[in-house]
Amino acid sequence: MAADGLHENETLASLKSEAESLKGKLEEERAKLHDVELHQVAERVEALGQFVMKTRRTLKGHGNKVLCMDWCKDKRRIVSSSQEHAVTMPCTWVMACAYAPSGCAIACGGLDNKCSVYPLTFDKNENMAAKKKSVAMHTNYLSACSFTNSDMQILTASGDGTCALWDVESGQLLQSFHGHGADVLCLDLAPSETGNTFVSGGCDKKAMVWDMRSGQCVQAFETHESDINSVRYYPSGDAFASGSDDATCRLYDLRADREVAIYSKESIIFGASSVDFSLSGRLLFAGYNDYTINVWDVLKGSRVSILFGHENRVSTLRVSPDGTAFCSGSWDHTLRVWA
Amino acid sequence: MAAGPAPLGGHPRAQKPHLSKMERVVVSMQDPDQGVKMQSQRLLITVIPHAVTGNDVVEWLIQKYCIAEDEALHLGTLLVQHGYLYPLRDPRRLLLRPDETPYRFQVRLNWEQTPYFWMSTLWPAAELDYAIYLAKKNIRKQGALVDHEKVGYHHPSPATPAESSQRNPSPTSGAHSPGSKLIQMHKHTHPIEGVSEGRWGVHPPELGVGKSFPLETFNHPQAHYDQLHRKINHTWDLVVMQAREQLRAAKQRRKGDRLVIACQEQTYWLVNRPPTKTVDFYKRRIECCRKALGRTRVKSSVCLEAYLKFSSQRGPHDPLLSGCLPSNPWVTDDDTYWAMNAPSVAVPTKLRVEQWAFSFRELLEDPVGRAHFMDFLQTEFSAENLSFWEACEELRHGGQAQVPALVDAVYQQFLAPGAARWVNIDSRTMERTLEGLGRPHRHVLDDAQLHIYMLMKKDSYPRFLKSDLYKDLLAEAVVPLETKRRVFPFMWKPRHSSPSLALLPTSTSGEPEAAAGSPGGGDGET
Repeated sequence: MAADGLHENETLASLKSEAESLKGKLEEERAKLHDVELHQVAERVEALGQFVMKTRRTLKGHGNKVLCMDWCKDKRRIVSSSQEHAVTMPCTWVMACAYAPSGCAIACGGLDNKCSVYPLTFDKNENMAAKKKSVAMHTNYLSACSFTNSDMQILTASGDGTCALWDVESGQLLQSFHGHGADVLCLDLAPSETGNTFVSGGCDKKAMVWDMRSGQCVQAFETHESDINSVRYYPSGDAFASGSDDATCRLYDLRADREVAIYSKESIIFGASSVDFSLSGRLLFAGYNDYTINVWDVLKGSRVSILFGHENRVSTLRVSPDGTAFCSGSWDHTLRVWA
Repeated sequence: MAAGPAPLGGHPRAQKPHLSKMERVVVSMQDPDQGVKMQSQRLLITVIPHAVTGNDVVEWLIQKYCIAEDEALHLGTLLVQHGYLYPLRDPRRLLLRPDETPYRFQVRLNWEQTPYFWMSTLWPAAELDYAIYLAKKNIRKQGALVDHEKVGYHHPSPATPAESSQRNPSPTSGAHSPGSKLIQMHKHTHPIEGVSEGRWGVHPPELGVGKSFPLETFNHPQAHYDQLHRKINHTWDLVVMQAREQLRAAKQRRKGDRLVIACQEQTYWLVNRPPTKTVDFYKRRIECCRKALGRTRVKSSVCLEAYLKFSSQRGPHDPLLSGCLPSNPWVTDDDTYWAMNAPSVAVPTKLRVEQWAFSFRELLEDPVGRAHFMDFLQTEFSAENLSFWEACEELRHGGQAQVPALVDAVYQQFLAPGAARWVNIDSRTMERTLEGLGRPHRHVLDDAQLHIYMLMKKDSYPRFLKSDLYKDLLAEAVVPLETKRRVFPFMWKPRHSSPSLALLPTSTSGEPEAAAGSPGGGDGET
C-alpha cells in the first residue's frame, strides 16, 4: 500500500497495533462505570401481559420483493419500494425510500447509486418520473435515505462506505461522513433537542454516531458479530437499538457509551433485518430473515411474542408515527399492518 | 501451491452466519446422548435405519430451546427447507410434520469423514459461482483480469468426469453427475440471479429443489485459493459451460437490464472482497478512539434507571402497549382516534396535554402545544424568543439557496441593535454570532439558537407548566370513552368487538403466546 500520509516512525502495521491498543483501553474505560445490568434494574418493573397482535391489513400491490417502506406523517399513508420495473420509478432494485415530512414528496434510490426525490401528485395522468429530481450521487448502491426535519435536506447511506447530507433543491453535497470500513446499510436521525446527530450501521459490524455539522464520528460501537442491517433510536434519544445478521438485536446507551442489552434466543437463528421501538420504548419489534417478527421487552430483555404471517423474509419494519400500529414489508411481495 | 500475490485484507467475510448456526443445531440433534432419538423407522413395508420422526424433532426442539410448538415447527421446517433434514415420505413438500413421518439428516459436517454426496462433488456454491464469474470476465475481456482475480483463476487441463462421479451416490432426486445437478438447480432460477448471489438477490430456498448453498468450510484465504485451484481442475468444463450459458442468456436481455445486472454482480464480488485497510482508515480509527477515551461517561445505573422512568411515564401513551381511546383505528376501523388527535385540533385530549409536561422538546413538537406556549409567552412579553428559535430552525433545515437571505432577515428582525423583536443573548454569544454573520452559513446561528432554547427551557417552560393557562387546558381536555359497541350496528358488517388493549391480563385465558396468527396468516378481518 502507498506510503503517503505516513510519518517517519509509522508503518501500516504500527498504526494498526496502535489502533488495537487504543481500542483495548477504551473497552477498559467503558467497563469501569458499568455497575449494573439492565435486566437487574428491570426486575422491579411489572411484567407485560399476554400479547395479542394480528395482521390488520395486508397490502398486495407489489409485483416483487418489498425492500423498504416508510410512513407518512399523517400516520396512514405508506410509501414502499420493491425490486421491479415500476412505471413511475424507472429504476430496478429500489432499496431505500422515505417520506418527506410534509407528505408532498418521497425520496428513493438503490442500485442506480442515486437518491432521487419525486413530488407526489394525486393526478393519475401526471408522469411522476418527469418531475423527478436527482439529489444524491454515490459511487455505490444506496442503502438508506431519510429526510431531516424538513423537505429540503436528505441524509443518505451507501454501499460505498459513506453517508452524506444533501441539499434537495440544488443537489449540493453539504457534508459527508467517512469512517465505516465497509458498506453502510442503515441510518437513523436522533430525536434530540439540538437535532444534530444520527447513527449509522454497516457491514463492518460497527454502529457509528455522527455530528451532522462537523462530519465527525462522535461515538462508535463494535460488539455485533456480523453486518448491522438496521438501527433505530430509543424514543428518548439516549440510546439506540440495532439488528444484525448475527441474529441478535442490541441496545447501546449513548451516555454510558456502551452496549447495555442483547436481545437474542438460541432458537432464533436468522438475521434481524429491521427494528423499531413502540412509542414508549418498552417494546422492540424486529423483523427477521426467517419470515418472523419477534417482539422484545426492552427492559427485561425477554421475548414477548413471535408473529407469523409472512411467507418470505421480512425486509423492513416501521412503527407508525402515532404508534397505533407497525408495518412490515417482505420478500413475499406484501406489506402487513399489525396492531 | 505457490501463493501468488497476497490476498486482500483479512478473512473473507462470513457470508451466512445463520448457516453455521443451523449446522450447530443439526449437530446437537445428532448427538448420540442428547440428540433426537434415532432408530429404525417403518415406511410402509420398508425399514429405514437411523431415522427420526417429525414428532421427535418437534419435541426435541421444544425441550432444547424452551419454545412453543408453533415456533418449533417453524424452525424445523426451515431446517428441512435448507436441506439439513429430508423427509422419507412425500419428499417434494419440504416441511416438518409433527407426526410419525420419518426424516433423515442430510449433512455430514466434518468433511474429513465420509462426506455425503453434495459436499464432495459440489464444493461450496459460492466458490463455484466465483469461478464462473471469473470465467465470464475472461471470455468477455479476453484475459484482462484484475490482479487479485488472477490468483484464484487457472486454465488447467480438461475435466475428468469419471473421477468425480465415482464418489456420488445418487440422492433422492436422482441426479447423475455434479454438472447436471447444477444445471438442474439453476434451471429453476434466473440464470444470472440464481448464481450471482447479490446481497439483495438471494432467492429463498425453493420448495422441491434440492438446492445447494454456500457453506463457509474454509476461512483461511490461502486454503481458499488452493481449494479453488484444485477443484477447478476437474470441473473446468462445467465452469466454462456455465459461463458461456450465462453470457448467451445475458445477450438476450435488454441493455438496461444487462447494465443493472452486471452492476449487481460486480457489486456482489466487490462487496465480498474485504476492502483494503488504508492508512487513512487506521488514522481515523485512532482519532476516534482518542476522542472516545477523553469523553465523560455516565454510570450504567443512572442511564438504565432513566429507561425505567421514561418507559413507565410513556406507557399509557403507547397505543401498542396500553391501547388507545376510543379505540385503535387499525383494529376497529373507527377513525375517531385520528380525528381527535389531528395535528391542529381545537380541543386536545388529556393524554396529549399531559405529554407537554414530559419535556420541552415534546411541547414544541406538537403544533397545538407550541401555539399555546406562544400565547403564554405573549403574556410574559417574551414571545420573540420562540419566534427567533423558529426562524433559526427554518434556516438550519431550509434550502441552501435561501441561507443568505434568511440569515439577513433573522439578523434584521431579532439581532440588530434596535431590532423590532430584539432577543436577549449574552454578550459573548452575541459577539461570536455577529462575527460569523460576515460569512453566513446554515449553522451560523446555532449558538444563539441554543442559548435562547435553554433560556426558554429553564425559565419560561417551568412557569408555563405552573400557569393557569396550562391548568385550564388540562381541565378542558377531552378524555374519550372507550368504544364498546357500534352505535349503528345495522350499517356495518357485524364484527366481534376487538379489545382496545393490546394486552390481556395474565390471569385469564390460556391463550398461547403467539395468538397473533398461525403460519397461514392472521388477518383481523374475518
